[in-house]
Amino acid sequence: MSSIAKKTAHEILEDPDFKALVSKKNTISIILTVLELVLYFGFVGLIAYNKPFLAQKLNEGGSTTIGIPIAVMTIVISWILTMVYIFWANSSYDSDVKNVKDKIIGG
Amino acid sequence: MPATAPQTMIGQANPTAILFFVAFVISTLLITWWAAKRTRTTKDFYAAGRSVTGLQNGLALAGDYMSAASFLGIAGLVSTKGYDGLIYSVGWLVGWPIIMFLISEPLRNLGKYTFADVVSYRLNQRPIRAAAAAGSIVVVLTYLIAQMVGAGTLIKLMFGLPFELAIVVTGCLMISYVLFGGMIATTWVQIIKACLLLGGATLLVVLTLNQFNFSYGNLFSQAEKLYTNKFLEPGGLVTNPVDAFSLGLALMFGTAGLPHILMRFFTVPDVKAARKSVFYATGFIGYFYILTVTIGFGSAVLVGQKIIMGIDKGGNMAGPLLAEALGGNVFLGFLSAVAFATILAVVSGLTLAGASAFSHDLYVGVIRRGQASEKDEVKVAKIATVGLGFTAIMLGILFKGQNVAFLVGLTFAIAASANFPALLMSIMWKKFTTAGAYLSIYTGLIVATVLLILSPTVWVDIVHKADVQAVEKAVKAIEEPMKAKVADLEKQKVPGLDPAKVAEIDASIAAEKKAVEPQLKEAKSQMPKAIFPLKNPGIYSMAAAFLIGILASLLSPDKVAEAKFEGEKLREYIGIGAED
Repeated sequence: MSSIAKKTAHEILEDPDFKALVSKKNTISIILTVLELVLYFGFVGLIAYNKPFLAQKLNEGGSTTIGIPIAVMTIVISWILTMVYIFWANSSYDSDVKNVKDKIIGG
Repeated sequence: MPATAPQTMIGQANPTAILFFVAFVISTLLITWWAAKRTRTTKDFYAAGRSVTGLQNGLALAGDYMSAASFLGIAGLVSTKGYDGLIYSVGWLVGWPIIMFLISEPLRNLGKYTFADVVSYRLNQRPIRAAAAAGSIVVVLTYLIAQMVGAGTLIKLMFGLPFELAIVVTGCLMISYVLFGGMIATTWVQIIKACLLLGGATLLVVLTLNQFNFSYGNLFSQAEKLYTNKFLEPGGLVTNPVDAFSLGLALMFGTAGLPHILMRFFTVPDVKAARKSVFYATGFIGYFYILTVTIGFGSAVLVGQKIIMGIDKGGNMAGPLLAEALGGNVFLGFLSAVAFATILAVVSGLTLAGASAFSHDLYVGVIRRGQASEKDEVKVAKIATVGLGFTAIMLGILFKGQNVAFLVGLTFAIAASANFPALLMSIMWKKFTTAGAYLSIYTGLIVATVLLILSPTVWVDIVHKADVQAVEKAVKAIEEPMKAKVADLEKQKVPGLDPAKVAEIDASIAAEKKAVEPQLKEAKSQMPKAIFPLKNPGIYSMAAAFLIGILASLLSPDKVAEAKFEGEKLREYIGIGAED
């Protein structure tokens, strides 16, 4: 990297748009990570501390326990969270990145 | 076959299985030949020229991750233990969103061929590459042994081939794919395998649900009738809450630290394709586990636990048996061939990841200090591939008949403790230093390995297996005469007996039981105890790796590395300077 590019790099780092982009990206990543942790360790917590809850029947007279849809939903919601991220990234993050990049190349 | 064995064609040469398998081998070798002509540079060999699309990489990630052990193992676990098997399948999936949110995009933007590129991005190359290569190679080898031994056992069960021959065939095919076709061939083997596995499992689930009028309610009520309501509830698999959380942590963050998975993010052209591939992979893998669980419950009802466990105690043949019951010999043959293909795809991905740690990190990064021609690098990678392949074959044969289930746990514990913390801190934390990075990796590696060896899984079940058996024998020797006496006394309680007499008999029974109590206690106290109480060390080894990484970084401030974080940030967030 040449010294001119380095200076520009430093300037970009101080650019409010770039700073906003970084903090937005980190916020989204951390919120979604925390949601996933709560989701999964919530499920593990139920197994560890409240087995009777998971053993309840879903319907009166039926056989399916509440634990089965909860486990399946843990899988499905995990996938939906990745969908939320990709939706955000494709619609908002990519265009922010493009804006900041245009600034560098376009001057 | 003994007369009491259930009627099944499993374990006999199945013409359909052989036909499908030969077709798979021929087509993958043709692809390898085609890929070989396109594999010239290091970028081709390690990263398929970064030309893999998001959907293709999603399928390949799924193909890399969905092992035969998880397909046959989870179905088997569900068929024999019910709900407890479902708990595992959830754990195998939840690492993927973490990869998406924290790892995949920085990895793509910062790295070139291995995750060590990312960890060492702004730090001293040599110590970190050496440490990261150690982490990668240990993970690859432990996982390879587990897969190879599993492959030999499964192929022996399904095709009746001798264990050693099965391992040699698997090993030679795996070496051919990687050696000649590099990442391009490996990717396509994984894509084809993922499609076959998802297609085969879908068909099996449709045929299963067809038996229950496409109602899960019917399936579960029949399962409840056969195996009581306990079958649909969490049971004895998870007893200690701390152990449950520890296992959960290792599964979740171990997935995000598997070198063969991380390596796949260097095969796509940009971050957009990287994130797309995780989205597809998560969908495919989640769908696959839901199918597998259905297959497990279906086989418990339609085949029955008695037959499943008669063929294999662990229940590994639940899926193939169900296929045989519903689709006859042809479907059994197809599914067996798919299971074989599944093993091949996983071991190929592992071998490539291991070879790249040897060539890109150890040879070029450490020995040649970054100064080596592409030609040399590819040559070393190919030598490493052959070396690793033969090592895997030898270790697979050496571990024949051993209990290797703990190796999967070890793989995930090390990946979560040695690879993941260093990777995350290098991406996120400005003050992370060289000493912090390599000390964190070695700490995670050593703590996870040592604690697992001292845990009940290895220390009691493997190291002191003979002592456990001796204690069990002694306990039995004390209990059996007592039980015989109790049974005799119980027999005296004929209907219509004087209540006073019954009470007298009950008192004698209690006395008999009490008489052996001290002896029993004494015998049981000889039971070997694990030095480390948890079965899963993840919670401690991860914490240690993070703690040491943070402390060592704070104690060795590195202004140069901090300054370089600016350039890293530009590349990480907006992809300036990223490898293309």
